[in-house]
Amino acid sequence: MTSPADWGLPLGAPAPGASFSDLLESLGLSPRWEVPDSPVRDLRAPEATTVLASRYRDGVVIGGDRQATEGHLIAHRRMRKVYPSDRMSAVAVAGTAGLALEMVRLFCVELEHYEKIEGAMLSLEGKANFLSRLVRSQLPLAFQGLAVVPLFAGYDPGSEQGRVYTFDVVGGRYEEHDYGAAGSGAVQARAFLRTAWEPGMSEADAVEKVVAALVAAADVDVATGGPDLRRGILPNLAVIDAEGVREVSEEDLEEVARSSLGGIR
Amino acid sequence: MNPGFYVTPEQLVRDRAEFARKGIARGRSIVAMEYRKGILMLAENPGGALHKISEVYDRIAFAGVGRYNEFETLRKAGIRQADVMGYLYSRDDVTALGLATAFSQTLGVIFSHETKPFEVELLICELGRDGHPNHMLQISYDGTLVDERGVLAIGGKADLLGGALRERFTEDLELDAAIRLGMEVFAETENRPLDGWEAAVLEEGSARRCFRRLADAELESLSAQLSP
Repeated sequence: MTSPADWGLPLGAPAPGASFSDLLESLGLSPRWEVPDSPVRDLRAPEATTVLASRYRDGVVIGGDRQATEGHLIAHRRMRKVYPSDRMSAVAVAGTAGLALEMVRLFCVELEHYEKIEGAMLSLEGKANFLSRLVRSQLPLAFQGLAVVPLFAGYDPGSEQGRVYTFDVVGGRYEEHDYGAAGSGAVQARAFLRTAWEPGMSEADAVEKVVAALVAAADVDVATGGPDLRRGILPNLAVIDAEGVREVSEEDLEEVARSSLGGIR
Repeated sequence: MNPGFYVTPEQLVRDRAEFARKGIARGRSIVAMEYRKGILMLAENPGGALHKISEVYDRIAFAGVGRYNEFETLRKAGIRQADVMGYLYSRDDVTALGLATAFSQTLGVIFSHETKPFEVELLICELGRDGHPNHMLQISYDGTLVDERGVLAIGGKADLLGGALRERFTEDLELDAAIRLGMEVFAETENRPLDGWEAAVLEEGSARRCFRRLADAELESLSAQLSP
């Protein structure tokens, strides 16, 4: 492969559209994993666990724990699973960590690339549909047990509200009316939110409930890492409203986490 | 067999350069200047729908004068190049100099090999990181690359605009003052009523992406303050 610096500008527009992944494909640079025919049993790759998102009055809160597990071991304690994907949306990932991080990286570049080429942002629905295409392209790996399931949340300026999209392993995309979760602790997180979630919540309420749901998930699911105040490990949370994406500060989170942990008996 | 007319290389280059310069002179010029918090790019743009200034990467902006379809092709190619490099390696590995060199090579090849040269002039600005100096690079239709400090103008009236601006430019201007200075210099140089502005800045902020377009309302109110 020659160095990209030697190519000169891709003037001939190998991929005439505004899609970055199509451009990579045409240059032969798409991320690719060779898949063996038979399922691999002893491949160990770290797994990212619980992520969730909840709508509230002015937007949406998205968050995730920080633990990645490899079998029965903790692979990483401070993994980041929630990423702002552009000014108005954020993506969180569960599943095989390495594949998930690559997917997020590609997704973020894709959104920015489109915005710069076209001079306008993709619609929120457009972003969600594109993410579902990325998940679908991973299907052969999912059959090997290396699945990635993202969670997507953003503010839709058109309808002036936050929206949450969940995905399944084959790329199915579902818009959630209230909240959504993915990963090993998703069942517990959803069970918690089922009773705690209220329509028209304030931002502070939503942040508190998302952290409490993560604490509840970590309480039952061993793969999910709850807030670890001794080590100073706190979940990652981002709030998205009409003003855009903003990450919840560690100071605020610590206080919320402390009171949530206090509720565990 | 009919022998073709011999044209000397000097004559060929002169003709092509003249052709390109004429095309560029028909369009409106763009100025860029450093101010206290970053780099301002200002253009006269009556319509406003077709942008001359745009974002290329986190700290890099692009501006083009001349034929719209030609600099638009180059702009997209630049964005593609930057995004691919940043994705393959790291976001820090995308630099204005690397991009400008690619533009320069491409324009140079087109100038000498294609049926007609591109009638464009480009400007690449980069906001310096952690106190490193900013870059303002001008790329001409034949691939000539010029690196400037302080102020830079491109387009048909570049020499006049650049000269006038350089005379009155001071370092560490506030953004409003810089825009007003740019507008005044445009007004003096063009000697005709000006309508419609396009402006964008590269400015250090909390966000990774430093490019920001200035709102039309903001520009109009500044333009209204100018002495008639």
